[in-house]
Amino acid sequence: MLKGDDMETAQATEPAVRLDRVEPAIADRSDPAAVAAVQVPPVFQVTGLSVTYGSHLALADVTMDIRSKAVTAFIGPSGCGKSTFIRCFNRLNDLIPSARVTGQVLYHEDDLYSPTVDPVEVRKLIGMVFQKPNPFPKSIYDNVAFGPRVLRRKDELDGRVEMALRRAALWDEVKDRLKTNALSLSGGQQQRLCIARCLAVEPDVILMDEPASALDPISTSAIEDLMHELKTDYTIVVVTHNMQQAARVAEMTAFFSVDVGEDGQRTGVLVEYDETQTIFTTPADPRTEGYVTGRFG
Amino acid sequence: MTSTSALGSRRALTQDRVINWLFLSFLALSLLVGFLLLGALLVDVFRKGVGELSWSFLTNPPSSLPSRAGARPAILGTIYMMILLVVLTVPLGVGTAIYLEEYANKNRWYNRWLEINIQNLAGVPSIVYGILGLAFLVRGLGLGRVLLAGALILTLLVLPTVIVAAREALRAVPDSIRQGAFALGASQWQVVSRQVLPAAIPGIATGAILALARAIGETAPLLMVGALAFIAFNPTILGDFTALPIQIFQWISRPQEEFRHKAAAAIIVLLALLLVMNAFAVWIRNRYERRW
Repeated sequence: MLKGDDMETAQATEPAVRLDRVEPAIADRSDPAAVAAVQVPPVFQVTGLSVTYGSHLALADVTMDIRSKAVTAFIGPSGCGKSTFIRCFNRLNDLIPSARVTGQVLYHEDDLYSPTVDPVEVRKLIGMVFQKPNPFPKSIYDNVAFGPRVLRRKDELDGRVEMALRRAALWDEVKDRLKTNALSLSGGQQQRLCIARCLAVEPDVILMDEPASALDPISTSAIEDLMHELKTDYTIVVVTHNMQQAARVAEMTAFFSVDVGEDGQRTGVLVEYDETQTIFTTPADPRTEGYVTGRFG
Repeated sequence: MTSTSALGSRRALTQDRVINWLFLSFLALSLLVGFLLLGALLVDVFRKGVGELSWSFLTNPPSSLPSRAGARPAILGTIYMMILLVVLTVPLGVGTAIYLEEYANKNRWYNRWLEINIQNLAGVPSIVYGILGLAFLVRGLGLGRVLLAGALILTLLVLPTVIVAAREALRAVPDSIRQGAFALGASQWQVVSRQVLPAAIPGIATGAILALARAIGETAPLLMVGALAFIAFNPTILGDFTALPIQIFQWISRPQEEFRHKAAAAIIVLLALLLVMNAFAVWIRNRYERRW
């Protein structure tokens, strides 16, 4: 499509509409001294976070920072609370009546769980992609347009939809059938549609809960390529079962494990959190080493 | 014991086949019973009633002379009743179902108490509702023996059924749809109104129409509330009224053979009205399914 010497013009015309990124509404960046103090301030600062379902402690005392404009992966065996943990970042655990979150999650400088924070506002800034592709039973266009419509950003809706689909590397496959039902897409396409749907809201952070575990290898690699693309503009947190995937996409990796208490209760704990390379080559904790070398889990 | 080969025991195979066959015959029998009974009913009604169906039957008021008796007030009463029922039950029933499914915290005692009560109400005999209507609506509120009182009592009668049907339809909407919408920053109201409710509408329509069709055929509560069998004028919402089941009941209890034929004709009209309602439900279902 592009001739070599046409690159400049192509680049200039490529995005139909340039959407201004919305600055996080609950972030306080008015203090330049505080911003300058840390080179790249973390997006999230989690301190002593625990999650209980009724009387069951599902995740205990997690403390970690999430780096900005990078991919952070959570790995660990089933039931280690990594999905529970990722849902704390967009307050999706609020939907479960018995779930209770204690401890602190700072988003930039603001307490995500402060009583003055509306979880609906949080989710506009912190998007999420789920394990099983969950497109709405509507047209491809309506799926992507749902977020902007809900947020009453209906100006240039066509442009927003196109931008989101382009960024999710789906535009060329669906541009001629935007009005067809999203459920007619393949699994991999559906998942990229869910990513496009999330991008159309123009979030700051994208949470991905095992985004490729229901997909075939080719679709999986498409999603991984997409993560590489997107991390220049977005902070990405990804839960994965697949250690190779964590090694391929993530700058930082957190390893979670399960502690079985005397009463048989299974509680997730953060074992180790470091640069991905360190986790996979010279982990500090023997449990991490056992997991990444495949000796257990 | 038995001859066995690589393909398994022969006796076990024959046994499976016999069981299969028995089960299929049982299914065919159940189907046959339903069809035969319905067929017999329809044939009987049509044989007696078709001859009576005429424009004057539809437009004449009842009369003590079989030759001049018509069902106009009863037909109008039933149509008014249908409209009132849809207007009253659908918003109330769907609203209750949405609260119970989407908003209520099931750990709270009052929500569980509500649920149990609604299920119990679905099992209360219709005559009991009629007594309630007589005591509370007709006498207590002084509404009188009017069409509105009848419609209100039928509303109470079918409301639990509509609620249960609507809840089933809402529950059939996968949770991943709700979570996906919430994760995009939609409020609870937006999730319900833009995703969950549209996805549940085909199921709600089917359930609600079936419940309403049942109500339209009810006789006992209307008798209690004071539906009259002999009305020579058009019913109004706040006036004396009758309905097709009442008219049918009254005609059948007459000694003259001719009135029995009138009753059969009225049954055909009632069936036709129910068919129209069901067709409407199918239309809603298809319309909403095609859009996706």
